[in-house]
Amino acid sequence: MTAEIQSNDTSPSALSKMVKSIGLLRESPIAIFGLSLILFWVILAILAPVLPLYDPNAPLEPFKFPMSEARDGGLYWLGTDHKGRDILSRVIFGAQQVLIWATTATVVAYIVGMLMGVIAGYLGGWYDEVISFISNVLLSFPVIVLYIIIITYLGATGFNIVLAVTFASAPGIMRIVRGLVLDLRTRDYIFAAQTRGESSMYIMLVELLPNARGPLIVDACLRLGYTTITIAMLGYLGLGLPPPDPDWGKMIAETQPLGSFAGHMAVVPAAAISSLVLGFNLLADGLREISMKD
Amino acid sequence: MLILAFRRFLSMALIMVIVSFTLFAIFESDKLAVAGKVLGPYSSTEQRELWLENNGYNEPFLERYVTWVGNALTGDFGYSIQYKSPVSEVLWPRLANTAILAGLYMAFMIPLSLTLGVIAGMKEGSLQDRVVSVGSVLTTSVPEFASATFFSAIFVFWLGWLPGTSAMTSGFSWAEIFLPVFVLVVYGFGYTARMTRASMAEVMTSHYIRTAVLKGIPYRRVIMRHALRNALIAPFTVIILQLNWLLSGVIVVEVFFAYKGFGKLLLDGALFGDIYVIEACTLVAVFVAVFSQFISDIGYTLLNPRIRFT
Amino acid sequence: MEEQTPILECRNLCISYDTRGGEIPAVIDFNMKVMPGQGVGIVGESGCGKSTVALAIMQYLGSNGYIKSGEIFFHGRDMRTMSEDELRALRGSKIAMIYQEPMASLNPSMKIGDQLAEVPLFHEDVTVAEAKERALALLEAVKLPDPKRIMDSYPHQISGGQQQRVVIAMALLSKPDLLLLDEPTTALDVTVERGIVELVKEISAEFGTAMIYISHNLGLILDTCDRVTVMYSGEAVEDGTVHEVFDDMKHPYTSGLFASIPLPGADKNERPLVPIPGQLPLPHQRPKGCFFGPRCAFFTDGVCNTDKVPMRPVPNEEAHTVRCARFEEIDWAEGDHEAVSVKSVKSGKVVLKVRNMKKYYEIKSSSVIAMIRGDAVKTVKANEDINFDAREAETVAIVGESGCGKSTFAKVLMGLEEATAGEVILNGEDLANVTVQKRKAQTVGHLQMVFQNPFDTLNPSHSVGSQIARVIRKFGVEKDPDKVRAKVNDLLDLVKLPRDFAHRRPRQLSGGQKQRIGIARAFAGNPAVVVADEPVSALDVSVQAAVTGLLTEIQNELRSTLLFISHDLSVVRYLSDRVVVMYLGHIVEQGTTDEVFSPPYHPYTEALLSAVPIADTSVEQKQIILEGDIPSAVNPPPGCPFQTRCPRKIGSICETELPPLKEFQDGHRILCHLDDDVFESMEPVIVMHEDGDVVAVT
Repeated sequence: MTAEIQSNDTSPSALSKMVKSIGLLRESPIAIFGLSLILFWVILAILAPVLPLYDPNAPLEPFKFPMSEARDGGLYWLGTDHKGRDILSRVIFGAQQVLIWATTATVVAYIVGMLMGVIAGYLGGWYDEVISFISNVLLSFPVIVLYIIIITYLGATGFNIVLAVTFASAPGIMRIVRGLVLDLRTRDYIFAAQTRGESSMYIMLVELLPNARGPLIVDACLRLGYTTITIAMLGYLGLGLPPPDPDWGKMIAETQPLGSFAGHMAVVPAAAISSLVLGFNLLADGLREISMKD
Repeated sequence: MLILAFRRFLSMALIMVIVSFTLFAIFESDKLAVAGKVLGPYSSTEQRELWLENNGYNEPFLERYVTWVGNALTGDFGYSIQYKSPVSEVLWPRLANTAILAGLYMAFMIPLSLTLGVIAGMKEGSLQDRVVSVGSVLTTSVPEFASATFFSAIFVFWLGWLPGTSAMTSGFSWAEIFLPVFVLVVYGFGYTARMTRASMAEVMTSHYIRTAVLKGIPYRRVIMRHALRNALIAPFTVIILQLNWLLSGVIVVEVFFAYKGFGKLLLDGALFGDIYVIEACTLVAVFVAVFSQFISDIGYTLLNPRIRFT
Repeated sequence: MEEQTPILECRNLCISYDTRGGEIPAVIDFNMKVMPGQGVGIVGESGCGKSTVALAIMQYLGSNGYIKSGEIFFHGRDMRTMSEDELRALRGSKIAMIYQEPMASLNPSMKIGDQLAEVPLFHEDVTVAEAKERALALLEAVKLPDPKRIMDSYPHQISGGQQQRVVIAMALLSKPDLLLLDEPTTALDVTVERGIVELVKEISAEFGTAMIYISHNLGLILDTCDRVTVMYSGEAVEDGTVHEVFDDMKHPYTSGLFASIPLPGADKNERPLVPIPGQLPLPHQRPKGCFFGPRCAFFTDGVCNTDKVPMRPVPNEEAHTVRCARFEEIDWAEGDHEAVSVKSVKSGKVVLKVRNMKKYYEIKSSSVIAMIRGDAVKTVKANEDINFDAREAETVAIVGESGCGKSTFAKVLMGLEEATAGEVILNGEDLANVTVQKRKAQTVGHLQMVFQNPFDTLNPSHSVGSQIARVIRKFGVEKDPDKVRAKVNDLLDLVKLPRDFAHRRPRQLSGGQKQRIGIARAFAGNPAVVVADEPVSALDVSVQAAVTGLLTEIQNELRSTLLFISHDLSVVRYLSDRVVVMYLGHIVEQGTTDEVFSPPYHPYTEALLSAVPIADTSVEQKQIILEGDIPSAVNPPPGCPFQTRCPRKIGSICETELPPLKEFQDGHRILCHLDDDVFESMEPVIVMHEDGDVVAVT
């Protein structure tokens, strides 16, 4: 589980760049703050199994306020919910869920979108016509309609969520990559590769894509944030992963009607998701600022 | 220009045909499942087949599709299982409610985000730019269901100023519509504002702005006459295309505040398995989205003489 | 004369930019005086601060630039003390500017008429109708065809040359006292440039406007200015009248600049080019003392690298100043920079034969109207009937302006496009319809290319060494990793770069160094033919000579054939053996270099020769100014491709029939309707005066 989180946290091309960017990051306090927020949740998610936490699904004592003492002498740091489950524990295990699925979905959407974009942009012609048309059709669906159709008809499983995010995001990624590739393909080094008889595959993967990484990393960060929102939103609307696994969106949905006397139950997961998304958005912003300066 | 509009219209029609066909294929290619949805899980196979026969389901698939599209075009979307009434009777009032919500959202979001974006982009790196940029990152990081939670906690439960639900049981109420619109604007303005800012900042560093300044015309005119027109082309497209994303927010807000709108109808239909409601809602949603794209394309061409005259 | 106040005077001007690396001085201790009606040139290579001076005069340095010290006086008033409103009243009315990129300088979403009318509207008390009238009159004055239509057009609807005329009209609308021109013709074709330069000269004479002309091109400065300031790394290094600086230069940098550009008298065998070694220091790496010290042949330790060098007057020359610590004692014969050695090489057998090669493109118009009219598919005749030979070790130049088809030809040759008809025979093998993927690795290696833009030629994501190694493996030169590494080192030696450059990333290299890597890559497979597409046009003058020299040196050593694609006739004349002149897809003239550069000429070649700016005061050029712009290859004129602009057009035959190919001496062919006696009576375009005698050089 923990290994999975680590390996999924950044897309492969982003990973190498990230390592290099660490030095650059120092120049943008915004990016550092964003990265810290993300790392805060990533570390909590990784450490979840070894932290002294209550079972996130165990009904303990309902409606406890934050910092109240537990029956067994422990402390409910963030209180308990209407079913008596420890909120802190649920938020941390919820982070695990959302991080795993958001990164998996974004990475898959990126792989599909990048391939579509580089093929449409570089090979052009019919490839471009067909891919662009498919994308236009998909983009003409309001995203939520796409999610509702896929999830109500295929079921709310992790795989289907990844599939839905891919359908919803890949056309957008394809457009960005296609635009970048259309610009890059006119460069002389592409011409040079062509004149020495390189295959289209080599040119697309080795000569083109690495040079598109700058704007793509920024976009990937934003998209990670957006996918996080999407997954939580699906949970909120009752289209998310089935119970009992803790899910930030579902936590809000379940406890929202009880806000009048136990507001913290919904506020805590709402704050959790906002802070994680803020982390992704700030990191994207900082990275963009850094790339603009160069 | 007319030719271009015509071409766009054709491609819009083509997309609508493909989308509606796809939807029809997804929802109705398995006839027995449709009958099961309509008649309930405990109906027998014979009952289902009889129902299929009586409702023209044994015609060839393509013929059924054409009839379905024809009915939809005349406003006949079938019968809702959940509401026990024709879908159109439920749909139109719901759509009107959502139009009010979306209209109010647009009415506040557009001037707010464009003004903030232009002010920020005019002087890149200035204090006003920093404030707008950071502010919009903050607000776009808080999704509607989170901000709705925060704002209800403050305005409904703590201060007690506003009602927590917007069911509008006793007619339209400004107090009830305030929070839904507010939540949508808070989340939605940031994206357009940032887009406008980037576009404006780019225009301000362009050579033709330098030309305009060095022509010696007043700064106000440089902004109003030279910068704005070029800087607003990109945000214009974004605002219209936002309709596509807006629906997500609308659903969340309608669910959160129990507002009787189109989004809640779609979601409830989907959760209940109310097949004709889902069909009608997705068709309408896609039509609005495709139509907004059409408008955005045409508007972009009108705004951008480089495309208009080639 | 002495008593007159200068229109503009810069005194001890220092301009800096604030960056995250700290303060970067862009211009240091700059002095300049512009008298009424005078033309003053500022010349220097990229990054020398010449454009910064112009922007400082306009008080438009951006958010991070500022005038650190010194004064700028306009009509005796310090511009630094002026309020924003006062500045606004000056800009566009008393001082106007003409920019490098005309397209970017005009507002894309505003009609040209409205953009022009703004100038009088905001500087004078006129009505909109009067302002429009004034604008229309000026569009006529700058010789634009159909000014009424242009008033009502958007910038993208007219050509680059026309856009620049619009910008000039805008600058002149309020009859300014001072006109700033920042590389106004750099983005334009040579024949279009000539027209613009003539227009600027005429108008400044007519209106009595003083000019500051900023350019990297010494020839243009000679053509337009009375005085010139040479800048290097933020400093003025020499200042004087054009004749003083061009004929009696005192600064080693000025002299180096002249030695590194090909002049009409320069022959690659008799007067070889001498490049300036090294490269321009980055602003934060400027050396102590003289900034040019490390690249100077006359550098003396203890003199040149101690104190800041002041500008000092040259004895007995009025207002000629030089920033050199030892200009009085320099013995010009003693400079020991290595000249670019180009040995005369005997060319061998024919390597490349092109016969009746045609390349047509089809472009589909998707507009409904075109479909109804049935002309949805248009044919672009990019190459029409191309015939020529290239021999072993020979340099063949392909000359032409934009749209002439030279790039299409290169694409067919390299196998990226298939020829529509004809043959392209390399060493006996017809490659006209064999795309690069179908060619044998060896064939591909035998036909390689050096590209134009140094910033694009290398993939920024991969190290220099890995990019060269890829070529070596791809061409099957070596397979074994150690041998590949050895070969990479050999190639780096060949292009005179240190071996550890193999580990560098392209962004760590200067433009000239990148171009050297590009050359190494092209020569990796021991090529029979190398196509060089404007290989030095994007480089600074002082670096150009070194790269050109390197290219020809390697070519001679390996006895490869060089196809040198260029628009720069000076360079072409300097290094090629044979010349092919192209216009709108046709070869209009070809022959040996001497044949093409001396009469009889094709009228287009004649105009090209007349258009090349030459930085030599002893040269006189015949004035041939071509009207209008190069037609688009999508809609080529019927008959002779050049008929729309030809000053020697003889009549309707030019408009209807493709001219015959006339053969003069062996191999010298001209595509023209002109009669033989007209050809015989043609006079040389470029004439050189030497001690009063007129000597025809070309």
